[in-house]
Order: sequence, then structure tokens, then C-alpha cells
Amino acid sequence: MVIPEQNPIIIVEGLTARFGDDTVLEEVNLEVFPGEILVIIGESGSGKTVLMKHMIGLFKPCEGRVLVKGIDLARASDEERHRLRLEIGVLFQSGALFGSMTLAENIELPISEYTQLSPEMIDQVVRMKLGMVNLSGYEHHMPAELSGGMKKRAALARAMALDPSILFFDEPSSGLDPVTAAGLDFLIKEINRTLGTTMVIVTHELASIMNIAQRVIMLDKNARGIIAEGDPHELKERSRDPRVIAFFNRQPPKTREGEMHHV
Amino acid sequence: MAEPGERKNDLVRARGEKGGTVKLFLSGRIALDSISLYMEEIRKRLTDLTPKELIIDLANIEYLDSSGALLLLELEGRAKAEAIAFSFDNMPDEVHHIMGLINPEALTTPSVKTQKKREYLLEEIGEASFALYKDTIRILIFIGEILDALFHAIWNPRLVRWDDVLFYVKRSGVDGLPILSLLSLLMGLIIAFMSSLQLKQFGANIYVASLVGIAIIRELGPMMTAIIVAGRSGSAFAAEIGTMKVNEEVDALVTMGFDPTQFLAVPKVLAAIIVVPVLTLYADFFGIAGGLLVGITGLDLTIHTYIQQTVKSVTLFDFLTSLIKSVVFAALISGISCQRGLQVRGGAEAVGTATTSAVVSSIFLIIVADSAFAIMFYYVQW
Repeated sequence: MVIPEQNPIIIVEGLTARFGDDTVLEEVNLEVFPGEILVIIGESGSGKTVLMKHMIGLFKPCEGRVLVKGIDLARASDEERHRLRLEIGVLFQSGALFGSMTLAENIELPISEYTQLSPEMIDQVVRMKLGMVNLSGYEHHMPAELSGGMKKRAALARAMALDPSILFFDEPSSGLDPVTAAGLDFLIKEINRTLGTTMVIVTHELASIMNIAQRVIMLDKNARGIIAEGDPHELKERSRDPRVIAFFNRQPPKTREGEMHHV
Repeated sequence: MAEPGERKNDLVRARGEKGGTVKLFLSGRIALDSISLYMEEIRKRLTDLTPKELIIDLANIEYLDSSGALLLLELEGRAKAEAIAFSFDNMPDEVHHIMGLINPEALTTPSVKTQKKREYLLEEIGEASFALYKDTIRILIFIGEILDALFHAIWNPRLVRWDDVLFYVKRSGVDGLPILSLLSLLMGLIIAFMSSLQLKQFGANIYVASLVGIAIIRELGPMMTAIIVAGRSGSAFAAEIGTMKVNEEVDALVTMGFDPTQFLAVPKVLAAIIVVPVLTLYADFFGIAGGLLVGITGLDLTIHTYIQQTVKSVTLFDFLTSLIKSVVFAALISGISCQRGLQVRGGAEAVGTATTSAVVSSIFLIIVADSAFAIMFYYVQW
């Protein structure tokens, strides 16, 4: 496991997330270092996406704070927040491409908002970004005309439009066939290797985790926080925590087994 | 196969004596579509024989699904409850496996979430009032946001997505012209026709023109236009934004640094404010044209006299109030529709609810505002 000797780029301090009476996360502490691929894992409902949405500022913490590049998103001034948005790219689970716009328009949107480039230059950038995700020639397609995997890749191109220093992925390989998912994993690793982009990925695809993660943190529903952290291969081999073992070895939950033979 | 002491039946055969050990032989296909039959048969045997010990023989079962297994378990449970010794006999492996799938605890575990009881009127009134209160707060917050965004837009017209504004002007304006002109024309016709029936009796035919003119321009024009816009565009705004919300597109906007109110609501509100007054004038025109048709065909008026009478009775003030009203209606419809859309949480059903709510709230607000205007203009005019 390589943790660069650098200051963390994202710091989560004592984060508590609550929806009504339902506490999803309690006192979570986490650091993300520049250039690493951090994967947040855990069973469904363990608060992975909630944690990520706090890190990108979509949810405001009930308690605690989230610092991205030293700026607290919940309390930042408009200007700081605006600047920070440039540094963050998000790939949503559904892709979240704007359905009323073509792919080119989707990718152009942040570029024309944040830069003063000429239309020709923007067009070139859009083509380049689409090329990076192997979608050259699809500028004028509407999102509805694409397959699931293509949508994800197009959304990735949009997330990378401004060359952010941190990319967030919400379940990138969910709903994709193994080949497409592997392609996306490869793409993620390539971007990380070449551009040094910090990646925070929420997923529960085992193959994907083993392939791309440099460090994983595991959340648990009952613990309402992080129960394990480290290199995925090491966790798989060494962890004694039954929850971690069950996750990495794809075992059904323990409680069920006793019930199987009651007759 | 018939053994002595055995009662003839295809599905359930019983052997044993009354009050003693009874063996039930089940055979055939125990599945969801047949368990009630089995249940009935078994119940009959048991009430007849009132056994002290019950043995269920499963050797001849052809097929058993999970509900069949449930039947057997229930039988076991009931026997235990009545202190009858109970056992299975000749249970095939398949049946054993299926029985193993059923978790008896799951049948009695209390629900994690208690089912909402809706019984007390007082409680319901309380909940409804609370919901209304929260809704009002949310609307007030949204009004603040949209005013702030509009204010920004006035200072910084470059921030406004004018392409979108134009698109919605076309959508809610131009595309709505045919239906609006048809309905206004009919409205004018109806009013002229109905009033002519009465006014004819007094020989006051000419006043049909005044009546139609004033009614259309002051009330019906703005109101009809607003209601049509609420139905056509308000619902579309809410559904569009609501779907974007469900698809995480609104979240994507936020992470890209766009303010959803500025990005999604402002162009729609601006488009409505631009286009609804124009539509209103258009509706006024067609309404009066409808009256004119009745006037010249049914009341022996000439075009010239009809128009002259209309011009004489309608003041510039009437036109102004008509326009002011329509601007306010436009802001109300587009604002509430966007708010309803942005409020969507969850899935497809929430989009439907938001769309309905957008239209209902729009029409409600239109009528409330219209009443307020009626009183206000009464005091302003004279």
C-alpha cells in the first residue's frame, strides 16, 4: 500500500449523517491523499453514497465537517465553493447526463461556464474528452440513444471536462456487463496513472475493488461507520473481522445459516 | 391400495381411531392453488377424529411448493398449540429441503416499521396542517431564492440561459396558440350567446358587445390563458425538473457549480413572464372575435357598430389590469411549478404527484390572486 507522504486532499472529521431519526453515519473520520484511488465499500445501505455525497457537498453534515483542499464545503463562501467545484468531478450512478442536450452540449456546459475559450477551442476539447473515453464521433448523440456503458463513459467525459484534481464515482460498474465494467476500470486506472487524479470510488463490485483500489475503507450499517481500512488484498487475506471476511469472500450473512436446518 | 379403516379420498386419507393416534396420508400436488382444498380436508378430518397423536405421511406427495410447506408448518404449529403429539412420516428429501427454506421466526417477527394507522380525525387534521405549514415555509424559501436569482439575472443578463428562455417561450407560447385561440373564441361565443338571450328581451342587443369586451378583457382572457398555461406548461415544468431530480441531474448541476434555481427555474419563469401577457392579448382578441360572430350573425349588428361599442366600453385601464394580472399569473404558475419539480424526492410516483400538485396549486393561486386583484382594482379605479 502506497500512501504518499503528503497532506490529505480531503479530510472528513467526526462526520455524523442523520435523516430524521435515522442515523446513517456516526463520528466518521477519514483522510484521502492526493493521487490515490480510495474505494469505499460496504453492503447496501451502509452509507457509502451518503458519505460520498457529503464529500462533494450535496449533503450538509449534521455534525463534524468535511474539508476538501482545506475548504469546508458547508461553510465556504460562494467564491470558495465555486473555485472548489472546478476541482471536483462526479460520475453519478445513473450517469446523470442532461437528457435534453447532446453529448457535446453536456460536456461543453461546464467548459463554457468556467473558461473563456473560443467555440472552436471548446469543440476541440469536447472531441478530445470524448476520445479519452472511446466515444469519438458521438458528439451529436442524445444520451437516450446510448447504451448503459456508453452513457457511463460519456458521463465520465463530462466529469473530467475541467480536468478536476478529484474524481468521485458512485457505483461506476453497476448495471454494466463484465467486459464493459472492466473497460471502465481500466479507464479509471489510466486516468489516475496519467493525470494523477485522486479517485474516490463507491462500489461493491468485488472484481472491480480488487483491480483498482489502492486503499479501501469498509462501512457497516450497524457500526454506522468505518470498520476496516487498508489494501484490499491484505484485508482479504488477513482480516479477522467476520464482516470483512464475508464481504471479500462473497459469503451469505452468518445469521441465516442457523435457520436453514430447523426441521 | 385401500386399507381397512381408511376413509376414501383422493388428497387426504386418514387412518386411526377417534381420540387416539391418527395418521393422515397426503398425496397429490400441494401448491398455492390447491392448499385451501387441503386445508379444508385436513380440518374436516381433525374435527371428526379429534386425535391425541397426529402423524402426517408425505410419501405420496407429487409436488410441494413453499406455500405447501407453509401449510405443513402451520399444521405442526396448531397441533402443538392444542397439545397434540405431532410428527411427519416418510418425508421425501425434496420436501425436507423446501421446509428448510421457511424461517418460522419470519412468520411472527414484528414489522420493523409500524404500519401507519389512519384512524383519528384530529390526528389527520394535525398532520395535514403541519404538512401545509411546512409546504408554505418551503414555498416562501423558494420565493426568496427565485427572487434572488431573478435579481442576479437582471444585473447580469449574461448569467441567464437565453437559449433556454427562447425555447420555453416557443414551448409555452407559440405551441399553445391553436388551443388557446379555439378556447377563447368559444368562450366569447358562449358569453355573447348567453347574454344575448337575456338582453334581446330588452332590445339592448348592442350591450352584448360591451359585456363581452369587459368580461373577456378584465377577467376571462387573463384567467383562461393562465389556466391553459398552468395545464400545458406548469405540468411540463414540474415533470421535467422532477425527472431531472430523480435522475440525479440536479445533483450533477450542483456539483458542476450551477445553482439549480438559476439554471432551471429562472429561464422558465422569464419565458412565462414574457409570453403569458402576449398570450393574454391574443386570447382577448379571439374572445372578442367570438362575441363579434354572434353579434353579426344573431343580433343584426354590423361589424362597425360592434367594434365601436367594444372600444367605447373598454378602457385602457382594463387592458393594463389584464396585462398586470397576466404577468403575476405567469410568475405564480412558473414559480410554483418549478418549486414542485425541485421538491421531488424518490421515484416516478413523486414526479406524478409533483405534476398534479403543480397544476392544482397553480390554478388555486391564480384564482386567489384574481380575487385579490378584483378588490384592488375596484379601489384603484375610482
